[in-house]
Amino acid sequence: MSFWFWHGLRNGIQSTRYPHAPETAPGVTPGRPVDTQFSSAEEAAEAAAVCPTGAIHAESARAVVDLRKCIWCQRCRFGCPRPLHWETSHTWAAGSAARGAASPLGSPFGHSLHVMVVDAGDCGACLNEVKQLNNPLYNIHRLGIFFTPTPRAADVLLVVGPVSENMKGPLLKTYEAMPEPKRVLAAGTCAITGGVFGRSFMSHGGVPSVLPVDLEIPGDPPPPLAILDALLLTAGRAKHSTLSNPETAPSPDHGPRLVKLP
Amino acid sequence: MTVSPPPPAQQRMFDTTALATEVARRFGTAVTRTSENGGAASWFVVEDRSALVPLCRFLFSEAGCGFAGMIVEERNEWNLRYLFLNPGCGWVYCILRLPLSTRTVPSISVPVHPADWYEREAEDLFGLTFQGHPRLGDFVLHDQVWQEGLTPMRKAFDAGQTQFELRPQQDWRPTLVVQDPGAFAMPVGPVYEGGIGESVHFLLETVGEDVIRAVPRLFYNYRGVEKIAEGKSLWDVLLLAERFSAKSAFAHSLAYCQAVETALHLETPPRARHLRVALSELERLRHHAGVINGICRSTALAVSESHAAIIEEKLLRASAAFSGHRYLFGLNTPGGLRRDFDSEATSALLRSVDDALQLLERLEQRLSYSSSFLDRLEDVGVVSPASARHLNLLGPVGRASGLRRDVRRVCPYSGYQHFQFQVAHEEEGDGYARLRVLFAEARQSASLIHQAIETLEPGPLCADPVPIRAAAALGWVEAPIGAAGHWVSFGRDGTIERYRILSPSFRNWMGLHVAVEDFAFQDFPIILSTFGLSATECDR
Ligand code: SF4
Repeated sequence: MSFWFWHGLRNGIQSTRYPHAPETAPGVTPGRPVDTQFSSAEEAAEAAAVCPTGAIHAESARAVVDLRKCIWCQRCRFGCPRPLHWETSHTWAAGSAARGAASPLGSPFGHSLHVMVVDAGDCGACLNEVKQLNNPLYNIHRLGIFFTPTPRAADVLLVVGPVSENMKGPLLKTYEAMPEPKRVLAAGTCAITGGVFGRSFMSHGGVPSVLPVDLEIPGDPPPPLAILDALLLTAGRAKHSTLSNPETAPSPDHGPRLVKLP
Repeated sequence: MTVSPPPPAQQRMFDTTALATEVARRFGTAVTRTSENGGAASWFVVEDRSALVPLCRFLFSEAGCGFAGMIVEERNEWNLRYLFLNPGCGWVYCILRLPLSTRTVPSISVPVHPADWYEREAEDLFGLTFQGHPRLGDFVLHDQVWQEGLTPMRKAFDAGQTQFELRPQQDWRPTLVVQDPGAFAMPVGPVYEGGIGESVHFLLETVGEDVIRAVPRLFYNYRGVEKIAEGKSLWDVLLLAERFSAKSAFAHSLAYCQAVETALHLETPPRARHLRVALSELERLRHHAGVINGICRSTALAVSESHAAIIEEKLLRASAAFSGHRYLFGLNTPGGLRRDFDSEATSALLRSVDDALQLLERLEQRLSYSSSFLDRLEDVGVVSPASARHLNLLGPVGRASGLRRDVRRVCPYSGYQHFQFQVAHEEEGDGYARLRVLFAEARQSASLIHQAIETLEPGPLCADPVPIRAAAALGWVEAPIGAAGHWVSFGRDGTIERYRILSPSFRNWMGLHVAVEDFAFQDFPIILSTFGLSATECDR
């Protein structure tokens, strides 16, 4: 059985250096559609028309993307007449539109952040991406972030899924059991706007309709690094702005605001 | 509560004609044969409702058919389809038509045990009562949040009805518990494992060490996918098919696309079929790596857990580098695929698959030498072949208990008949047998990816569009968890009239208790992980 020990040693450290150095391995993120300039308003309207969720709208010759509604269906990327530009970033978490820029929890939590995850009707993808953070390739323990099995010890409630009716009760109970100060993160487009499930007889159409959300992480699913980035923002440890290309940040009237940190 | 399977009846293999002759001989005019959709399937219409139970019993116990699910449709009459899979002649449909005013249907779940949950589901969602069913009520719609008597799958119910505040908000308590000196019940979930587990609730009951009764309570993730699909365009429902259970997104979107293709007579070009095989197997490989990771985690063998986790993440990255999405969303479309791949991309994929397979084989070898690990799996969570057949378990779980059923073999789709692969199977039915089946299937998947990509010919990727017509069809795949079927029925206006997902997790969740009961408490997480179930795939 000692071979496990040698096996562990021989493989060495495989964890990413992120956030101290950028992570560029192919496939760590699916990327995201960004605002794209076309040569005419017709072309921009044509580009917007392929989106099944209305996440793209045309502002004269510019196709503008609202990531909060995007379900990463890639219909604006492949096999369409006017593809949008896609960039390979993963730092797109932003303060919720309703609550404005989220205030980070502050230094006591900087290196000891306890996260409680609740699956509120998730399809399994967001949950699996959250689970990957425990993967040695990400290893969030090295950053002092831990998943906790009890809400009593949790600082952050990370909710995935559109809040199914049957999960609303357990979700609210979990929130109430958490001590102050606490922050609520909605991970994934379903958790922000309901995604493909929308608002229906069994879905509340996103966490904001049942709980005050501080930070939103668009994505279907958001890749592990996007979730990690949001957790660092919550802990007050992310130094960069959340959108790597300020030009592409949606304006405040239709989307999340840019979070500026000290 | 252990289900004791009945003694195996004398089983015979039938081909399509022999089956029709035998049904005609036994049931005379009470069951007629029809060719509703043509194709290779056998269709029987139950004219006399009293013939339903004997017909289903005959198919299940004597003709060796597996029960594949029930599809209820509300048209101008009730249309209930009981779907069976016969290893000798493919799909068998038994259709029961009843006037809409009828509320009671004979229950088939005594002779055909796997139908049990389907009937409970239909009772909850359609308000039909199944006569003779032992246990109806509180199933999909949890009683504590749902008004009695509201049946959301009926056509008259508006899916946008969101008067949540009118609904009761009570606490749930079980209606039946074990009573004995020292007996206690341990509730688990729906938020447990730090929430990284899916939302399920278990009531584990014990009088000391062994779990004597394990009742899962599911449908916390019920989002009414089948209901909200109604009236939507086929492109919008494709998004739902892909997103209700993302860990097998490609398999489900493929089943959906195949249903649409059959209904609309779309012919998929060979290049798309090959790529679909490669992508399905890539998904299976990644899924199985994830389940193996879960098994290692449940046994607390940390290094192996890390090793498996790395393989899973590497395959996720390979999927994204290849297709643009880590969970293969946005690729399938009715008629083919939405994007093509050049030879550079395919050879990069093959390299990643080979790397992952090499790591998996190394892991398998090391695990097979780890006695402390094997002790936790061997002879634990045993499902006997007879129980597996009785419960009709699907996928790797069924195959680990000697059920050599795989729809890629029995009813090949997407050109699987042109590829070489073995249906992995074991006989012991314990946790270790399930783990071995997972490793063996992962190996087969890697070989199938190679075969599919190496025989890829240039050509079109998608069929030409055709007009939508009022038609219905079933599409099926062997999803990573087991056989999955999507039933799509188009209305006259070209929208989806009825969408039904026959999900493999739904079936295997029903069988889980057999594996858990009579084993020790601390074995429960291990047994659960070897089943590799998905709650969200079951709940829809
Ligand atoms: S990926 Fe799909 S949902 Fe997102 S912007 Fe493009 S078309 Fe719209």
